[in-house]
Amino acid sequence: MTATAGTTQLLKLALRRDRVMLPAWVYVLTATAVGTAYSTKSLYDTVAARRDFALGIDRNPANLALEGRVFDANSIGAISVWKIIVTGAAMVAVMSLLLVIRHTRADEESGRLELVSAGVLGRSAALGSALLTAFTANLVLFVPAVAGLIAVGLPVAGSVVFGLCWLATGMMFAAVAALTAQATESGRTANGLALSVLGVSFLLRAFGDAAGHDGPSWLSWLSPLGWTEQLRPYAGDRWWVLVLPVAFIVVCLGAAFTLVGRRDLGAGLIPPRLGPAEAVASLSSHFALAWRLQRGVLLAWTVGFAVSGAVLGSEADSVGSLVGNSRGTQDLLRRMGGHSGMVDAFLSTAMGILALLASAYAVQAVLRLRAEETGQRAEAILATRVGRVGWASGHAAIALLGSTLLMLVGGLMAGLVHGARGGDMGTRLPHVLWSAIVQLPAVWVLAAITIALFGLVPRFVMAGWGVLAVFLLLGQLGPVLRLKQWAMDISPFTHVPKLPGAEMRFTPVVWLVVVAAALTAAGLTGFRRRDLG
Amino acid sequence: MTDAISVSGLVKTFGRTRALDGLDLTVRSGEVHGFLGPNGSGKSTTIRILLGLLRPDSGDVRLLGGDPWRDATTLHRRLAYVPGDVTLWPNLSGGEVIDLLGRLRGGNDPRRKAELLERFELDPKKKGRAYSKGNRQKVALVAALASDAELLILDEPTSGLDPLMEEVFQRCVIEERDGGRTVLLSSHILSEVEALCDRVSIIRKGRTVETGSLADLRHLTRTSIAAELASPPDGLADLPGVHTSDIDGTRVRLEVDTDRLDEVLTHLTRAGVRSLTSRPPTLEELFLRHYEDQAADR
Repeated sequence: MTATAGTTQLLKLALRRDRVMLPAWVYVLTATAVGTAYSTKSLYDTVAARRDFALGIDRNPANLALEGRVFDANSIGAISVWKIIVTGAAMVAVMSLLLVIRHTRADEESGRLELVSAGVLGRSAALGSALLTAFTANLVLFVPAVAGLIAVGLPVAGSVVFGLCWLATGMMFAAVAALTAQATESGRTANGLALSVLGVSFLLRAFGDAAGHDGPSWLSWLSPLGWTEQLRPYAGDRWWVLVLPVAFIVVCLGAAFTLVGRRDLGAGLIPPRLGPAEAVASLSSHFALAWRLQRGVLLAWTVGFAVSGAVLGSEADSVGSLVGNSRGTQDLLRRMGGHSGMVDAFLSTAMGILALLASAYAVQAVLRLRAEETGQRAEAILATRVGRVGWASGHAAIALLGSTLLMLVGGLMAGLVHGARGGDMGTRLPHVLWSAIVQLPAVWVLAAITIALFGLVPRFVMAGWGVLAVFLLLGQLGPVLRLKQWAMDISPFTHVPKLPGAEMRFTPVVWLVVVAAALTAAGLTGFRRRDLG
Repeated sequence: MTDAISVSGLVKTFGRTRALDGLDLTVRSGEVHGFLGPNGSGKSTTIRILLGLLRPDSGDVRLLGGDPWRDATTLHRRLAYVPGDVTLWPNLSGGEVIDLLGRLRGGNDPRRKAELLERFELDPKKKGRAYSKGNRQKVALVAALASDAELLILDEPTSGLDPLMEEVFQRCVIEERDGGRTVLLSSHILSEVEALCDRVSIIRKGRTVETGSLADLRHLTRTSIAAELASPPDGLADLPGVHTSDIDGTRVRLEVDTDRLDEVLTHLTRAGVRSLTSRPPTLEELFLRHYEDQAADR
C-alpha cells in the first residue's frame, strides 16, 4: 500500500461533505470581487478623480493598514481592486485553512479518520485529499473571479494576476494549515494557530504599508499577504513575485508531509495543554459558567468593533473628499446638506452597520442556549438547584450586555478617531457615541426575538438569523424598491433616529425597549413551561 | 419507611409516540432500586420527568415529598444526577466541572472528592474534549458521589467503565446505601443490579411489568434442576409446573415453576435421587423472559 492510497475517494467524500459550504464561499467571494470592482470603476471614471482617490488613501494610515497601498494612481484596475485585493485574499485564506483543518485534524480528533483509516488508506491520504479539496475550491474561485473582472472591462493580464493573488494566498494558508494540523491534537487549536499566522501576516503588512516612505516598509515583504499585494495586479503585473509564495508552499508542505509520515494517528507535536485540577473560586454560579463559555467570543468581537469603529471614524472626514470630484456624487452631496451633512449621514449609516453586526453577535450569543440544551449540557446544570429562568437569563444577559458593550466600544473608537482627526473632540465624541447608543434598543429587539423563539418554538430558533436577514434586506432594498412605509416599519432599525444628522425622537426608542422587554419575558416564561431537549 | 420516589399511572407522549403508558415506580427511602428495561422502553424519559426536565401528561409523581415539576429547584438541592450520555464543556477541565457542579448543588466535600478521584483513577486536569466516554462518566460520577445529596439518580452510569472501575463503582454505591442514601439505578448490566439492588422494577413499552425484591421476582420464575436418578421417572413431564424437560433414561433436566418445587421433588425422590443440582433463575433469565415477550409481541 502506498502512502497516498485512497486519496481520490477521500477527495470525493470531502467535496460531497462541502457541497453547500464551498459554493457559498465561492459565490460570496466572487460577488464581492466583481461587485466592488464594478462599482469603484464607475465611480472614478476620470484620471483626476483616481489621482484624488489615491492621494486620499496615501494620507490615511487606517486605509493603508487595513486595505494596503495603491501602486498606480493612473490605473483604473489598480483603483478598482484596491479594496478587495488584501482583505479578499485574507478571506480566501480563511476559507482554505478552515477547509484543510476540517478534513485533517478535526476528523482525526473526532475519530472519523480512524474509522476510514482501517480501510485501504495511505498515511498521507487525508492530508493530500484535504489539500486537493482546498486547491479545487481555489481553482473554482479563480475562474469566475477572473472572468468577472474581465467582463467588467478590466485588462486581461491584470485580472489573471489578481486571480493568482487570491489563488496563491489561498494555497499558502492551506499549506500553513497542513502544518498546524500536525502540531496539535485539537482541531480548534489547529484553526487558532493557522488563524494567528494569518493575523501576524496581516499585521506585518499593515505596519509596513502604513509606515510611509521613511518607515520600515520592508516589513510588508516578511508577510505572505505582503507578497500578495506585491504582485501588483493592473499596476505592473509583477509575475516574478510568485516565486515567494511557491517556495513558501513547497517548504510548508514538505514539512507537513514529513511529519504526517512519522507521527501516530491522533498525536500532535505539541502535547495538549492541561487545565486546572480545581475550579477557581469565582466559577461557582451558572452565570459564571455562561461568562466562561462566552467570554472568548465576546473578546474577539470587541476587538473587531474597536478596529471597525476606528476605521469608520477615520474615514468619516474623507467621505466628502473621496467622492468629491465625480459629478454624480457632487449632486448627492448638495442634496445632503453640504460636507457636514455628508459626514453625518456617513456616521449614521456606519453606526447602523455596526448595529446590524452587534445584532448578529446577540443572535449567536442567545443561540448558545439551544446548543447547550441539545448538547445535553444544560441538563447537568438544571439538575442542580439552578432554576430554568435563572439559567436562561445568564446567557440572555450576555447577549444583551455584550451587544451593548460592542456598540459602546465601536461608537467610542469612532468618536475618538473622528474627534482627533478634526481636532474637535468635545463635540464630535459625544455626537458619535450618542448615535451608537441610540441604536441599542433595535439590537436588543433582535436578541429578544431570538430569546422568544428559544422559549416558545425551540425547533425554529435558527429563524433568528432569518429575521436578521429580513431586517437587513428591508434596510438595504426597501428604499430602492420603494416599499410601503408599513413594510419598512417591520424592521426595528427603521425606527432608530438617524443621529447625528436628524433630530432625536424618544417615543420610538422607548417603544423598541418595551418590545424587547416583552419578547424577552415571553421567551423566558415559555422556556419555564416547556419540555427540555 | 417513607418513599423517596412514588410514581403512578405516569403518561408522557411525544407527538404520536407514547413513551410512557401508565408507568408505576416506587423507590423506598434508603434502598438501592434497580430500574431495568430494554432500549427505548422509557427509562430515561421517566428519569427526566423525575428531574423536572419534562412535564408529564398525566399521572402522579412525588419525589422526596414534592412535585418534581413545580418544586424542581428546591428538590434539586437534595439529589445528584448522572446522565446516561455525559457531555462536558470542551474547554473546561474535569476538575473544574466537578467543582462547578458541586457548588451549584451546594458544596462538595473536598476530601471526599480527592478520595473519589483517586479511587476512580481520574485525571482532573484534562480538558472535556480530551476525555474518553468512560472518563466523562467518571467526571459525572465523582461530581455526584462527592455531594451530600440524599437521593442519587444514576442513568446507566457504568456503560463506559472497564470491569475494574465497575468494581470501584459498586463499592461506592454500597457505601452510599450504608450511609443511608437512596439510589435509583437504571442499568443494563444485570450482574451489577444483582449485586447492588434491594428491589428492581422492570419496564417495557412505558409500563411497569414486574416490581419487587429479587427474591420475590425469582419466586415468580423457574428453577433449573439437573438430577441423576436410580430408575427412570414416570410422568414427570406431565406434572403441573414442569416446563422444559429433557429426560434421557435416568438423567433429567427440568425447568420448574418455583412454587411447584415441592411436588416435583417428591416425584423425583420416589424414583430415587443419586445426585441433584438446582440453580435459582438468574436475572438474565428473568429479564430475557420479558424481552422475549416483547419480541413475540412484535
